[in-house]
Amino acid sequence: MKVTLTVNGTEHAVEVPANTLLVDLIRVNLQLTGTHVGCDTTQCGACTVHLDGRAVKACSMLAAQAEGAHVTTIEGIGDPENLHPMQAAFREHHALQCGFCTPGMIMQAIDLIDNNDGLDSQTIREGLEGNICRCTGYHNIVRAIESVANAS
Amino acid sequence: MSEALEDTGETGIGAPVRRREDLRFITGNGNYTDDLNQPGQLYAVFCRSPYPRARIDGIDCDDALAVPGVVAVYTGQQMVDDGIGDLPCGWMVKSKDGADMLSSPHPPMAATVANYVGEPYALVVAESLQAAKQGAESVYADFTELHVVVDLATATASDEIYEGIPNNLAYTWALGDEDATRMAFAKAAHVTTMDLTNNRLIPNAIEPRACLGMFESATGDYTLYTTSQNPGLERLVLSAFVQVAPEHKLRIVAPDVGGGFGSKIFIYAEETAVIWAAAKANRPIKWVAERSESFLADAHGRDHITHAELAMDEMGRFTGLKVQTTANLGAYLSTFGSSVPTYLYGTLLAGQYKTPNIYVEVQGAYTNTAPVDAYRGAGRPEATYVVERIVEQAARELGKDPADLRRMNMIQPEEFPYETPVALVYDTGNYEASLDKALDIIDYAGFEARRAAAAEQGKRRGIGFACYIEACGLAPSKLAIELGAGVGLYESGEIRVNPTGSVSVFTGSHSHGQGHETTFAQVVSDKLGINYDDIDIIHGDTGRMDFGLGTYGSRSLAVGGSALVAAADKLIEKGKKIAAHMMQATPEQVTFEDGQFTLQDSNQSMSIQEVAFASYVPADYPEDLEPGFAEKAFYDPNNFTYPAGTHIAEVEVDIETGVVSLEDFVAVDDFGHIINPLIVHGQVHGGVAQGAGQAIMEHGIYDEYGQLQTGSMMDYTMPRADDLPDFKVDTTVTPCTHNPLGVKGCGEAGAIGSPAAIMNAITHALGIKDISMPATPEKVWRAIGGNS
Repeated sequence: MKVTLTVNGTEHAVEVPANTLLVDLIRVNLQLTGTHVGCDTTQCGACTVHLDGRAVKACSMLAAQAEGAHVTTIEGIGDPENLHPMQAAFREHHALQCGFCTPGMIMQAIDLIDNNDGLDSQTIREGLEGNICRCTGYHNIVRAIESVANAS
Repeated sequence: MSEALEDTGETGIGAPVRRREDLRFITGNGNYTDDLNQPGQLYAVFCRSPYPRARIDGIDCDDALAVPGVVAVYTGQQMVDDGIGDLPCGWMVKSKDGADMLSSPHPPMAATVANYVGEPYALVVAESLQAAKQGAESVYADFTELHVVVDLATATASDEIYEGIPNNLAYTWALGDEDATRMAFAKAAHVTTMDLTNNRLIPNAIEPRACLGMFESATGDYTLYTTSQNPGLERLVLSAFVQVAPEHKLRIVAPDVGGGFGSKIFIYAEETAVIWAAAKANRPIKWVAERSESFLADAHGRDHITHAELAMDEMGRFTGLKVQTTANLGAYLSTFGSSVPTYLYGTLLAGQYKTPNIYVEVQGAYTNTAPVDAYRGAGRPEATYVVERIVEQAARELGKDPADLRRMNMIQPEEFPYETPVALVYDTGNYEASLDKALDIIDYAGFEARRAAAAEQGKRRGIGFACYIEACGLAPSKLAIELGAGVGLYESGEIRVNPTGSVSVFTGSHSHGQGHETTFAQVVSDKLGINYDDIDIIHGDTGRMDFGLGTYGSRSLAVGGSALVAAADKLIEKGKKIAAHMMQATPEQVTFEDGQFTLQDSNQSMSIQEVAFASYVPADYPEDLEPGFAEKAFYDPNNFTYPAGTHIAEVEVDIETGVVSLEDFVAVDDFGHIINPLIVHGQVHGGVAQGAGQAIMEHGIYDEYGQLQTGSMMDYTMPRADDLPDFKVDTTVTPCTHNPLGVKGCGEAGAIGSPAAIMNAITHALGIKDISMPATPEKVWRAIGGNS
């Protein structure tokens, strides 16, 4: 089947089997490999992308469900010369180690900032419930998100 | 962010440099194995045993081969028939009677008998992942179920799993003086006993294991991209022991690797079968684990049952420690599975204390469960758990403050080097310094007030300590090989100063989150006085660097970093000869500092870049000197390093629900000199989080039938952000005395100290002797009198 969607500002019409997951369309068909698969079952959040402005887990929805949608992946928010403030904050605060959960964490963190006022540390921690990091113990991730929340 | 961690723009040793590798990870430009593809690649799916122990009477592949897109089905028996060897265990442990350990046969894929749920027995390769999955569903194996051994407590009294391995025991290993320890107990004024379990953990690096194997029939070259912590060792094992390919024809690349924690050290069935099959199919083959496969078939960690006794004199001085442990090895001896509960465990039972008599006996038992091997800390968390739980209990029984009892028994700074009764020589330390600092940070004096405040809220608050020690930077090779190690424990490093003055550094260490690309560049920049930004760190590719042993056991900086210092020293020596020649002097008259070769008592000097250029364009050059400016070194340490510190946990237990909340955690660690404090703090945070997971959440559980009950992230609980507090991390410094950087290693400390500290806090809060890890709400609720 053909799925038409806009990814990082570019419209794509992609021919995929009907059972294709959104994350596979992103990784395999569009070769945007910054979105990762960690658990296949929505538990870890490594696959988090934005779908029409909200964070979703791309491993557990069909590509067809994104028909007509605007999808933003980690590649769509900034690049090394022009980092998104959340990307810069993750680096500044050493909020990543192996980097595998990081794209999903950053996409979730941006969603938290965009959809909440007055984020405090505890709210940030609760807002990261759906994203597992096995390296950092979350301490520096929380600091990074706090710094962006306080600056905005 | 504390002042010490502010980015000052400094890049030398000790500066909190922001990591250079971050730029690719935060922008989605990482290069993980699953991000790689080859034209014409096939996709692999493994068929895995649904039974914990079953004979394979036959495998019918006809239906699978009829699935459109399926190219081939390969079985374990075919690998055996092709002459592919067993997956070896790299450490020969001897029983206390001197007998070699008894290894079970371990073909890469099960050929005749499968011995744990999830063990692969066949591999389907197909043009698409979907076809491979359908093919795997259509492979019909004819299994005959056999009796199983699952429960560790009864494993050694159960029927044999393997013919010729009585009591399912690989070995009964012992260390220490049994008679002297018995005498110490005979004279003891007080004896504290404890029965402890160290729960089975499942590592769960967030990147699942994956590989991409290729074979060039025209040249006979094999290339294997794989999620490995130690590509050099992987190549050695696959060529020398498994005999998949000759070593010089096999290139292993471990690109960006998404966490390891030990689980990616080992040589597994999957990459072995994939590289073998790639040659048979003459097509690239890619395999990526699903999370459920990670749970079933990554090596698990811990899983000990221990009885321990601590003898004391009338003052509370420790006079003897007896430890009897049964360690679960799983169904097979994994790559380092034999050494973890022996040499990495028994040797650490002295802890920070002057206990004069120690005897430990370890039974290594087979069960029909996934192999058990090194997981963050690897033996040392288990040792710390025994020592620090029993010491805390002893303080309670004696009515002493747990900090005071520890302090009374600690090895003092002037007593180093200190030889323990369990075969180690600690080179340096100041254990009271880290204890004092930790007590200060946690505000120990204010605990009773916090406890009273919690009680008013219906919560029970407890505080717990762990004064841990670990042995890192595993070494020296000669000693390790004498003790049964199959390989050396050195590390390689090469520094190439290019003709333009930029630097390419090659290390046998591997970074999968540790930040070597940043810290190793800091070290080389500092030693050679070359701009940090001009230095590139290259790792993880056996086609580009010398043989190396990779990253595990907090060894990278202490061993791999020291190799780079040794290579830098060689470069400086050569540079002095070149500079001396060009400045018409002798090398002895030339000094080197901050990147400048200077002729003493003159204003003449040359930069290291000028010297490098002269070495590649050797017009005016010493006659007896080779051109070029590159040096390599293999560094073999003289001793282990001994990071140590104090961790203190405070918990609150909700007596209505049994929920344990980790309220405060202080870690004061002595890692020797620190290259990058930002990264060191991050390592501690992550380690503490994993230790907290072990203490209150994580448990790999097999049911009595051998089925894994915790086979997904919905069943196996790992810490999430709202399960943890902010951590308070600080350091003290006694530099390691025997490596050139004075460093000790920081990767595992968090996971070593924290479980004991947290469990001591929970039992303190509840006023009970023990509760087994993990202290889940149900267990806690029952322990405090909830209905059972």
